[in-house]
Amino acid sequence: MSSKAKHKPKIAIFKFASCDGCQLSLLDAEDELLDVVGAVDIVYFPEATRTMLNGPYDIGFVEGSVTTHQDAQRIQEVRRKCKTLITIGACATAGGIQALRNWKDVDEFIRVVYATPMWISTLKLSTPIAEHVPVDFELRGCPINKYQLIELFTATLAGRKPNIPTHSVCMECKRRATVCIAVARGTPCLGPVTQAGCGALCPSYDRGCYGCYGPMETPNTASLTSQFRALGQVDEQIVRAFRGFNAWSWQFRKASEGCEHL
Amino acid sequence: MSGRGTKTIRVDTLARVEGEGSLYIKLVGERVADVKLKIYEPPRFFEAFLRGRHFSEAPDITARICGICPIAYQMSAIHAIERALGTRIDPTVRLLRRLFYCGEWIESHTLHVYMLHAPDFLGYQDAIAMARDHRAVVERALRLKKIGNRIVTLLGGREIHPISAAVGGFYKVPTKQQLRELVEDLEWALDASLETARWTANLEFPDFEQDYEFVALRHPDEYPFNEGRLVSNRGLDIDAAEYEDHFVEMHVKHSNALHSVVRGRGSYLVGPLARFNLNFDKLPEVARQVSREIKLALPVKNPFRSIMVRSVEIVFACAEALRIVGEYEPPPTPRVEVPNQAGVGQAITEAPRGILYHRYAMDEKGLIIAAKIIPPTSQNQKRIEDDLRDYAMRLVAWPLEEASWKCEQAIRNYDPCISCATHSLKVVIEREEAPRE
Repeated sequence: MSSKAKHKPKIAIFKFASCDGCQLSLLDAEDELLDVVGAVDIVYFPEATRTMLNGPYDIGFVEGSVTTHQDAQRIQEVRRKCKTLITIGACATAGGIQALRNWKDVDEFIRVVYATPMWISTLKLSTPIAEHVPVDFELRGCPINKYQLIELFTATLAGRKPNIPTHSVCMECKRRATVCIAVARGTPCLGPVTQAGCGALCPSYDRGCYGCYGPMETPNTASLTSQFRALGQVDEQIVRAFRGFNAWSWQFRKASEGCEHL
Repeated sequence: MSGRGTKTIRVDTLARVEGEGSLYIKLVGERVADVKLKIYEPPRFFEAFLRGRHFSEAPDITARICGICPIAYQMSAIHAIERALGTRIDPTVRLLRRLFYCGEWIESHTLHVYMLHAPDFLGYQDAIAMARDHRAVVERALRLKKIGNRIVTLLGGREIHPISAAVGGFYKVPTKQQLRELVEDLEWALDASLETARWTANLEFPDFEQDYEFVALRHPDEYPFNEGRLVSNRGLDIDAAEYEDHFVEMHVKHSNALHSVVRGRGSYLVGPLARFNLNFDKLPEVARQVSREIKLALPVKNPFRSIMVRSVEIVFACAEALRIVGEYEPPPTPRVEVPNQAGVGQAITEAPRGILYHRYAMDEKGLIIAAKIIPPTSQNQKRIEDDLRDYAMRLVAWPLEEASWKCEQAIRNYDPCISCATHSLKVVIEREEAPRE
């Protein structure tokens, strides 16, 4: 290894409970991949390489939520090894779809899926990384946007703040001149309370936003709930709308629990 | 863990697979005493939390089982629900779903062939290191993969967890012009896939064959994606609805993924090798011809050659995509309305890694009351262990570091997706002297 290579920042990518999709986003950046990996030393990324160096690392990216006792310990260790820790995707930033267990009896869940429940070890809650350790930046999305990932990568290497907007999906619809499907067609849409990042995909495909990027900066979920009711949605449907991939984020959680009549 | 007469290898995490698992092999003298493919990927309980959700949400929710093959989950979910509710789809929607699957196969197979599997054959830790010596090869891989993703993005809005597939059809379908714009890329991709197949044929393969029960879909006119009977080379010939009468899932202590076996017979193999061996006659001529050129003789029983078969399947997917793009006329409506009603339905589709089974039961409000999902990697799990039991015997005399790399490679023959199987890999080889008789 040349002396120049030694000064490249050491990058590690860790996986917790997740689908692997967010780390795959890096490999999906086909045009940028070779340049990105040329600028850094990827020293821990089991999905892509057998090379697995022990820390410390300059930047650690974490995908996935904490759902087991072992992972609750492992995230502490990961934090200690990483100068900068960045979480990527809805599992890591909000607990992911697997956080739907948080409103249910997880022991009953285990019995539904596994014949010998005593062999399965899991926590009652699926929680985001920031509930366990301090996190330097959270990149939202289910999945994350690969261009935002590259922006984050570049900004972090340059030591500047990444340009990741926190306004709503509505702004993206306006920008791409998509006619508002909630207003024009009465389609229930989470766009007004959801953070931008996907490019307002769903409305451009004639369907309502279903909240992949989690709550925007200051979401007015109460107003949207009234709007959903006005469109004829019953509370059971509104609960489901807020209980998606970012269900455990506190804003969406409060919104769904407010419509639940137990 | 090293005692007298015992040698142990530990590799903490098995790399270049999707998800987290480990391998444990115990060698006693010349004998392989134990093989366990351990899957410690945390359980996520999809089948449990799908209950109470509306059927229209199942394609989006189950896609999140796997970021590498979300379309497979969407397709199996949609087809199972459509069967439960008696939905009839437009023939063009059927064609678009095939095109959607072509995109996923191209993207997923290219990722595995070049970036996850080839480095083993060429002795690199990863594709990035491989790119230093084989830049043009890796660039070809990235461009090919990108074209697969382009198809997925056009139909589904984005590569990972696409948003357009729906029960009854698509939320929105592309225009004729949008599909025509793919032609130039697809023609390049077809050539690149043929080059890929020839390139894999030059790799070195260990002389290792197994007597498999191959299980795949079979359709009267097509290489299978979404439809067909489930068949095997040992006489299986069933409808998806009969799947659970013939296959059993077992919960074993060392794995968070359930093991599947054919009732009364044992392990079986799903994925490219099975599809190729059972459906060679349904491949387009260009794929059959390159198979002959690279000397892939039927039946392929060497699992290491799956890299060649995967490349032939990329050839197929490119040719099929070109065919569909050429004959596409937009359907009268992107999707048919599917009213709420009670029902039970099963479907099997061919994910890149093999058959993916879904079953759903809905109540009269369209809410899911029961779901069952059996991904390809849990079906292959026991078969991977069986391969290793045999393969590890040949490695008894090898240095432990090399032996463990070879075992990892043997696991990667299956392109295992452990995130799917739990709905990873650490290698441990333990050696003990044989007890004296």
